[in-house]
Amino acid sequence: MTAITDMPDLPRASRRPQIGNPVLRWLRTNLFSSIPNGILTIVLLAVLAKGVIGFVQWGIANAVWLTPANDSSACKAVRGLGACWAIIPEKYRFILFGTYPFDEQWRPALAVLLFITLYSLSTRRALWRRELAFLWIGALALISVLMWGGVFGLSFVSQDRWGGLPVTLILATFGLAFGFPLGILVALGRRSKLPAIRSLSVLYVELIRGVPLVSLLFMASVMFPLFMPAGFNIDKLLRAQIAIILFAGAYLAEVIRGGLQAVPRGQYEAADALGLSYWRKHRLVVLPQAIRHVIPPLVNTFIAFFKDTSLVLIIGIFDLLTTAKTAIIDPAWQQFSVEVYIFVAAIYFVFCFAMSRYSRSLEATSGR
Amino acid sequence: MTSDDPRPPPRRGFFGALGPNELKGLFWQVLVVGIAVAVVVFLWSNTVTNLTARRITTGFAFLGREASMPIADSLLAYNPRDSYLWAFVVGVANTLRVAVIGIVLATILGTLIGVSRLSANWLLSRLAAVYVEVLRDIPLLLQLLFWYVMMQALPAARAAWRPVEGVFLSNRGLILPAIPIGVTQLWVLGTAVLGFVAFLVIRRWLVSQQMRDGKPRPAWPFALGLIVVLPAAVSLLLDVSWTIEWPQLRGFNFVGGLTLAPEYFALLVALVTYTSAFIAEIVRSGIQSVPRGQWDAASALGLRRSFMLRQIILPQALRVIVPPMTSQYLNLTKNSSLSVAIGYQDVVSVANTTLNQTGQAIEVISLIMAVFLTISLGISFFMNWYNARLALAER
Repeated sequence: MTAITDMPDLPRASRRPQIGNPVLRWLRTNLFSSIPNGILTIVLLAVLAKGVIGFVQWGIANAVWLTPANDSSACKAVRGLGACWAIIPEKYRFILFGTYPFDEQWRPALAVLLFITLYSLSTRRALWRRELAFLWIGALALISVLMWGGVFGLSFVSQDRWGGLPVTLILATFGLAFGFPLGILVALGRRSKLPAIRSLSVLYVELIRGVPLVSLLFMASVMFPLFMPAGFNIDKLLRAQIAIILFAGAYLAEVIRGGLQAVPRGQYEAADALGLSYWRKHRLVVLPQAIRHVIPPLVNTFIAFFKDTSLVLIIGIFDLLTTAKTAIIDPAWQQFSVEVYIFVAAIYFVFCFAMSRYSRSLEATSGR
Repeated sequence: MTSDDPRPPPRRGFFGALGPNELKGLFWQVLVVGIAVAVVVFLWSNTVTNLTARRITTGFAFLGREASMPIADSLLAYNPRDSYLWAFVVGVANTLRVAVIGIVLATILGTLIGVSRLSANWLLSRLAAVYVEVLRDIPLLLQLLFWYVMMQALPAARAAWRPVEGVFLSNRGLILPAIPIGVTQLWVLGTAVLGFVAFLVIRRWLVSQQMRDGKPRPAWPFALGLIVVLPAAVSLLLDVSWTIEWPQLRGFNFVGGLTLAPEYFALLVALVTYTSAFIAEIVRSGIQSVPRGQWDAASALGLRRSFMLRQIILPQALRVIVPPMTSQYLNLTKNSSLSVAIGYQDVVSVANTTLNQTGQAIEVISLIMAVFLTISLGISFFMNWYNARLALAER
């Protein structure tokens, strides 16, 4: 491999004079610095060109963009040669909102917008203070009202009919909103000097982290009725939400524990010297510093949860991925699953990419 | 619960020996443990009541009963008339089959991509960055479904793609030429493994000799002799045949060769590509963590490039790489349970079927936990041992 020997930040004796056309100079240093590198560039260009041309032919040139409602014959004609993007306008309402009553779908749409607004506000450093928690509580309450209805003249929609993107966002956001305080408690418990509390916290974290989320979700969907008194049962979505909260709590606890370890001992001692109680010491002195340390890994954990909510497909909850998979059961459109998956992948990608960019910008500016 | 108080408490009488802090701590512990115990007792008694109502007897006796569940693709011989216990073992073997091969392939691919991201070739490093970014930001389950659909969209066996002679890719999966391994072949392979172990011992001795007098001693003749020549001699002596079995199309399917079923292949591709994106980032940051002065110093000593990488850069980079790599390996193993979505029967999938058939929820879930905790502990143990070997020897 030539790559490692040509690390960009290595000192390289540049024998060539730095003159001439800047474009050519850029090409020479970045693409054709040596003969093997030049060959590599040409091979890569050839492969890339082949891939791009193939994709353009399939995805754009030969693609079918629109068909009359519920008629996939035009798509079937180009099957294998061109993409059938017509399935997206045909099915997008179902993919995005599932079986939510069609005329009321502005409500989940508004809920999605609220979620996005909430996320973007939370990225603003100037807003990182206690009021942000109230903003979250208010926004989540508003979203619940929008989704359920039953008040202010909105008709009631039971959560069995929720589906699509709002469900994904709800599972991820509520998982974080409840998992975060849980994670803080468990992280404090794991660092506590009280042996019983410490061992309970360790047991919880290790048990949850030791098994796959799939088996936790199975447990929530199959075993939960067994755990409860006869006749008592709660909704499937809520059960999955509880499993995700417990899962999130264990992973967030480990991230927060890392932050707690990074707070210098002097801070604890200073808080003790001021005579602060355990809870006031942590609330006012230790946790604000600890959490600031770990915001980038917290964002990364959140990206992971956001993706992991898709696992509820396995227990049959209608999140974005499940609605996508259900949309292509329709015999007329069955063969065009790749297009639907690409569409849904793009939605997930936009959310996760935005978050990972944000996490990277935080890492770059941290400490400032 | 102020337990961070560094001062030792003054000793007093019998109850006074517990200062106010200790009493508070005791109170909190009793409270929390009490709540935990109460919750467990509540859940347990409900479960027992519910199970009695459903006439399900607790215990692992059901493992001996006939499983009567089909397992299409398995490493170990399996028949639906076998017991649940054996079905479980087959499931574990299937999990390990995908996890072990997945870990090896993801490490290789991830390292290649991580190194490519650092390449001086702009195009290569950009392509690697796009690969990492795209694969990391799409849920694994979605990628898995995508690969599975792609596998099903492949041509039928008659029109299979042949990227290389003897390799067929069709909607029946990936079919590779194989060498049938019998007892005699195992003897030869066993000799090679023994030779490798002997080589490691000899190399260690050679290094200790070099430490003493500073003279480098080449190790490659030993490697050649022990790992190549010795097994070859055994092979000739025992007259072992190494005929390659080429897959052939008969009717609608292939005969001979090694078949990777579409489910297994899709799962393997999804796990390897997804995990390799994370490994690539780990490898990149590991290499970047080696200070520039180390490269400069090695060049100043006039060391050969390969020697420098092997002896100076890599050992330092590995120290940063190995700990996060452990959690990626664990993730890959846990993620292999997503196979339930496409019908590859790993341990979670077998357990799920068992649960639906018998209703033995607690036993089945505890078996899953036991299996994954064992695998996790195994991987952590190995990686911790490896990490301890690499750790900086501080003076």
